[in-house]
Amino acid sequence: MTATWLVVLLVGIATIIIKAIGPILLGGRTLPPRISSLIGLLAPALLAALVAINTFGSGRSLVIDARVLGVGAAAIAIWRKAPLLLVVVIAAAVTATARAVT
Amino acid sequence: MSPDADGVREPRERDHRDGVRSTLPLAIAVAGFGVSFGVLARAAGMGSAAPIVMSATTFAGSAQFAATSVLSTGGSVATAVVAAVLLNARYAPIGVSVAPYLTGSWWSRFIHGQLVVDESWAIASEGDGRFNPRVLLGAGLTLYIAWVAGTTLGVFFGDVIGDPSRLGLDAAFPALFLALLVPQLTSARAKQAAVLGAAIGLALTPFTPPGVPIIAASAACLLGWKR
Repeated sequence: MTATWLVVLLVGIATIIIKAIGPILLGGRTLPPRISSLIGLLAPALLAALVAINTFGSGRSLVIDARVLGVGAAAIAIWRKAPLLLVVVIAAAVTATARAVT
Repeated sequence: MSPDADGVREPRERDHRDGVRSTLPLAIAVAGFGVSFGVLARAAGMGSAAPIVMSATTFAGSAQFAATSVLSTGGSVATAVVAAVLLNARYAPIGVSVAPYLTGSWWSRFIHGQLVVDESWAIASEGDGRFNPRVLLGAGLTLYIAWVAGTTLGVFFGDVIGDPSRLGLDAAFPALFLALLVPQLTSARAKQAAVLGAAIGLALTPFTPPGVPIIAASAACLLGWKR
């Protein structure tokens, strides 16, 4: 087996298992109140980290590039209650324009 | 008849179609990234079948990009697998967060679990830690089709399409996550968790392999610990 196919196989199996653990073992069960009050904060914590890392992260370094302008424009659109489609399109369009200009 | 007759409506519970509908704008960006992955994987010497099989089985963009870049720069199989696993480790707590709302048979729960990616999870979130399994299914399937189709296009027609990153699609993802984050910020605790999560993520980025900052940021939910 080539290295490529070995990676495809192992990463596939690992990911399928990681994604299955919670739904298979805990499916349909109410979590203890202490745990569910933690899990309730998982969405804001992870989403904020994803925003920050996808805006400023580039491999192992933090950079300020065209994405900052795109996400900034999206923030204004969100604040003005724009629909999701418009928010995403504005972010991409502003970023692409900034890249084309610089 | 009063023009306002229809003005007050019971808030309808969201279903599969809402999942598909709210995901469609994003599916274009996901397909674009699938194209990028297909082009990159082909260029890295993975051939044409392996990248498509990987998208269909792994279905997690960042981990696939990481594994591919390790391979293409001459890294070992173990390094590529560890990088991908670190990037996907966040799906363990994310899987636990949706588990209470998956009440079907084990294979139905398994399928729902596999369709969890950051975007489908965020779109299926109802706030207050609740999740809608029907929205998750609709959103997850839409993204899955977009990701695998995009990869296939990239592998076979990458030369014609060119590099989708010049379209600014990479900024579409943080914009989406921001749009989905804002309605979650309903309590002081949620705002603190968001600030702490972002701070942990940024602070660790220069010092740890990709993936570790995101999984470490989930520790910000410990702010909800009740004694």
